[in-house]
Amino acid sequence: MAALDKGEDVKEGVDQETVDAVREVGGAYKYGWETDIEMDYAPLGLNPDIVRLISEKNEEPEWMTEWRLSAYERWLQKEEPTWAMVDYPKIDFQNQYYYARPKSMEVKPKSLDEVDPKLLETYEKLGIPLKEQMILAGVEGAEDTAPAEARGAGEGRQGERRVAVDAVFDSVSVGTTFQAELKKAGVIFCSISEAIREHPELVKKYLGSVVPVSDNFYATLNSAVFSDGSFVYVPPGVRCPMELSTYFRINAENTGQFERTLIIADKGAYVSYLEGCTAPKRDETQLHAAVVEIIAEEDAEVKYSTVQNWFPGDEEGKGGIYNFVTKRADCRGDRSKVMWTQVETGSAVTWKYPSCILRGDDSQGEFYSIAITNNWQQADTGTKMVHLGKNTKSRIVSKGISAGQAQNTYRGLVSMHPKAKNGRNYTQCDSLLIGDKCGAHTVPYIEVKNNSARVEHEATTSKVDDDQMFYCRQRGMDEEEAVALVVNGFCREVLQALPMEFAMEAQQLVAISLEGSVG
Amino acid sequence: MALTQAKLDATEARLAAMDAPAQGAGWLAQARGGAVARLREMGLPGRRDEYWKFTRPDSLIAPEAPRAAVFEIDEAPMFDEFDRLKLVFVDGVFDPDSSDDPSLAGVEIERLSDVADTDIHWARDLYGVLEARGQSPVARPLAALNTGYAKDGFLIRVTGRAERPISLIYRHETDSSDAILHHVVRLEEGAELTLLENGPAAARFNKVLEVDIADGARFNHIRAQGRDHERRAATHIFARLGAESVFKSFTMSVNGVMTRNECVIELTGDDAVAHVAGAAMGDGDFHHDDTVFVTHDAERCESRQVFKKVLRNGAVGVFQGKILVKDGAQKTDGYQISQSLLLDDDSQFLAKPELEIYADDVACSHGSTTGAIDADTLYYLRSRGVPEAEATDLLVLSFLAQAVEEIEDEALREAITARLDAWLARRRG
Repeated sequence: MAALDKGEDVKEGVDQETVDAVREVGGAYKYGWETDIEMDYAPLGLNPDIVRLISEKNEEPEWMTEWRLSAYERWLQKEEPTWAMVDYPKIDFQNQYYYARPKSMEVKPKSLDEVDPKLLETYEKLGIPLKEQMILAGVEGAEDTAPAEARGAGEGRQGERRVAVDAVFDSVSVGTTFQAELKKAGVIFCSISEAIREHPELVKKYLGSVVPVSDNFYATLNSAVFSDGSFVYVPPGVRCPMELSTYFRINAENTGQFERTLIIADKGAYVSYLEGCTAPKRDETQLHAAVVEIIAEEDAEVKYSTVQNWFPGDEEGKGGIYNFVTKRADCRGDRSKVMWTQVETGSAVTWKYPSCILRGDDSQGEFYSIAITNNWQQADTGTKMVHLGKNTKSRIVSKGISAGQAQNTYRGLVSMHPKAKNGRNYTQCDSLLIGDKCGAHTVPYIEVKNNSARVEHEATTSKVDDDQMFYCRQRGMDEEEAVALVVNGFCREVLQALPMEFAMEAQQLVAISLEGSVG
Repeated sequence: MALTQAKLDATEARLAAMDAPAQGAGWLAQARGGAVARLREMGLPGRRDEYWKFTRPDSLIAPEAPRAAVFEIDEAPMFDEFDRLKLVFVDGVFDPDSSDDPSLAGVEIERLSDVADTDIHWARDLYGVLEARGQSPVARPLAALNTGYAKDGFLIRVTGRAERPISLIYRHETDSSDAILHHVVRLEEGAELTLLENGPAAARFNKVLEVDIADGARFNHIRAQGRDHERRAATHIFARLGAESVFKSFTMSVNGVMTRNECVIELTGDDAVAHVAGAAMGDGDFHHDDTVFVTHDAERCESRQVFKKVLRNGAVGVFQGKILVKDGAQKTDGYQISQSLLLDDDSQFLAKPELEIYADDVACSHGSTTGAIDADTLYYLRSRGVPEAEATDLLVLSFLAQAVEEIEDEALREAITARLDAWLARRRG
């Protein structure tokens, strides 16, 4: 963190540990290297032929091509949103590539063994194990095969850690691990392009049902040009036997990544899904516009965790990823539950609001977020909790930390519809500023349309769970210490739910305390 | 951004329906011209404007004021028991016969229309000037409309400690009246004034109050927007605070089919204090919007926003509050709370409590809660023999008390509480 290194004053009361942790996380970007690999590009720019080309490359059926083309037509009618508190030069949508595929992926490898070693190396270097053998060895207790740092971080958890990975490299999925084993459990986990070919009935039923094609500018663009992404279907009553994850890597220059993720948890199903992303260090900005749709049927539960670590731009604010993402979950069935957890440390500009439509009675939505912006980063992120069903519950905990010249905004909506009897929401958003050149902002919208609903929005540090506070205070801690302990305890719990690959990063975040925080 | 055709049309339609105030060469004509130009640039608010997300501006911008039946008052006039200097307006026009002689030690009071033709006047540096400052970052077109077209209002310059409050009384006597009033208050260094306001004013009322508070001065403002049910009002306060000055404003609103109260406060001197509070009770087709924007642009300033609303039978309460802490406004203490009590299922509370902070050594917080009356508390009172209706009212009053307590003066505080209590009792029958 350049600003802090220059000896800038840090506010009294802010932990050195916090400052160091933020510096560490926001400092040297570890994933900024690139893979030297031959690529196939679609022609520059965007037009219906490019849309058709992407569809063709993915060997899609006619209905999918039509779906994309109609999205493209709608996109032309739409205007770029300007309401977020982010400021960036106008994007030239015609001056970038919408499809980039490693040459070696032209003939789709039948298994991971056939994948170009260069690609496998890339993921290995990122710490993403794509070889089932190795992971299995780790599971069986041969801890010496696991990297030392991961062992430290995941101590005592080795036995339960198995993560199936779908690795997406620019516009294509390189491979998906553990597919066979998941299949035995009835779980479908594959790239979305494969799902469109193999499971059209599921894709047709659910794609665009949570985030409609014309939802917003970037979602519409994504609907037209998405190249790959992950697809998950967990059948009724199945608890997914391992965590699923997708790792997105942008490598090609001047190329946008448009991934599409669709997760369906059928009645009584459970799945935990993790998402990670990185990109090389470049002077030019790159666009990433993803759409994630989650459907939770009756009694289903989905946990979606993200460690977003796209290249944030350099210390002068050059380069970085524009991360314009639409993520939404539809808690369709009664008693369904969706939990979003996000650790946002990357991207030059973030525009992201993972949301829950709480349609089913007794359904629950949760949103836990830690957003760290440094240097010239800008993040406008938050969530929407739309309560439609009876006895629906939601909880929002958002921590924003700004340093350098960064701007960090929480933007959220809690809406209690007239029929959401006994709806409950609790929202807490705290921000911490390190240095006097950055900004922290809170823009919550609260709409309550029935009186049995109870909505609480807190941005004061005094309203952490009273019992826990009382317990800590009783043991001689002052209020600030107690709050920090309680909240850190909470963060730890969330961060530990993240996969081992992210564990080291997460460990550093845990140290961040809330001292000196503002609403 | 270019205005949409719909906006242009609505703005021109409204302006066409106005009879322009007498034009002259004086300072006021210039200020008015500037305001109309501002208004044309921003256009009147529309339904799609973000700042009007929760309140439909249609009835406030329509060329003609929707009619409002004159309300029969069956209780003693508000603030009647206080020794005050009364200035009475009837349907937006000053009525000298019902008013006191506008003379008060340490205070200069002049009618806007009396000084329009003078070339030089102290108000030249304030009239429409604070309003114009308040147009950024969010446009407030109804205030620009007011500056451009207000024919009446008072220019009040306070040089010492005013011994009596000035009381502005707004009577409503014609069911189609469309009133626009613009007052300017300037408190010189160390001066003090309490300003009282009450009454329905007109079928539709557009009022701007610009207050410039010099270093060390104190301004107290208590407003009662009465029981006049069908009236509509769009009011703006633009306050600028010097060092160590104090601004306190409290508004009670009971009923009124449409109320939008905007309060724009700018803390420009170190150690200034601004408190703004409101207690609103609404029943039926009541729409009440408190929109507050506090800008901290100096060190060690304190701001407080306390807004409480009790809503029933489909009443709608809105709160849009923002604290903006500018770069360098260190040691800011900003607090904001908005709460509503929904007494039945038809009522709504819509809130947007915002913080925008560019200084690191600040303590800013906000809270917002919405819910029904606590069943346990109600049960407790009932188990002690308090009938349900009374118990509910008791809880309503105690809920509103936090906002009423923001009034410094005890007698005024009690007067407001008595009104709220009487309103509840009458409703109970």
